[in-house]
Amino acid sequence: MSVDHPLHAHLVLSSSFANIEIAERALVDLCGRAGFSGDDCYWLVTALREATANAIRHGNRQDPEKSVLVDYRIHDNEVTIRVEDEGEGFDLDAIPDPTDPDYLLRPSGRGIFYMRQFMTHVEFGRSPGGGTVVEMTRRLEPETRSSKDEE
Amino acid sequence: MKSEIRDVDDVRIIELSGKITIGTGDVKMRELVDNALEDGQKKILIDLAGVTAIDSSGIGEMVACYTTVTKREGQLKLLRLSPKINDILHVTQLITVFDVLDNVQEGLAALK
Repeated sequence: MSVDHPLHAHLVLSSSFANIEIAERALVDLCGRAGFSGDDCYWLVTALREATANAIRHGNRQDPEKSVLVDYRIHDNEVTIRVEDEGEGFDLDAIPDPTDPDYLLRPSGRGIFYMRQFMTHVEFGRSPGGGTVVEMTRRLEPETRSSKDEE
Repeated sequence: MKSEIRDVDDVRIIELSGKITIGTGDVKMRELVDNALEDGQKKILIDLAGVTAIDSSGIGEMVACYTTVTKREGQLKLLRLSPKINDILHVTQLITVFDVLDNVQEGLAALK
């Protein structure tokens, strides 16, 4: 199939950790259709899982009545993932660097760090309802696409 | 996540496979390490050869396990990291915290 046209998908998930698997499967499917390499897909999934887990745990506080919205867009060699929760937002500046020696042995606080490591660009904002919106982009080198591109 | 447990003398070897991720694998790993300590096994090798993914919660639990075992005057070491898990330990700089060994024999020797 052609991968020149944009791919787009949108999920609405209830706030259960089990639903992270659904978000992952959708992304893996899109990556396969776009012909991305296994490595690129792996790191995209890693970042997606963090954003979704944060939305469920910290944003929606695992309230099953609250939703997590996940939006995927793939165009050319760029993947954009947007994850929105229905929480109350958070202070990004209050999150310490988990590689700082003072925080290295803390058992939590690495989710945003993961996203920033494995995506090209990560931006946080607020939804109209006050929840957190994270939009992450990973630009892929053309040669990292599989040979399906050429078929 | 799946696990296999065995003891070699005073060393508990915990073989993990699958995903160590939020809500399932992270909690299970913690339980396995707690069980080892309750059984009096303070020398622990976690074999990660079959682990396909570890998220920040899984890494966090691994750090918590390391801290708990060390406080109990035990030792926790990691075995057989896949390239991607190795990458994650490097970017998080936790590679400076954990002893990582290539195989069970090296792990057992390091705990003697």
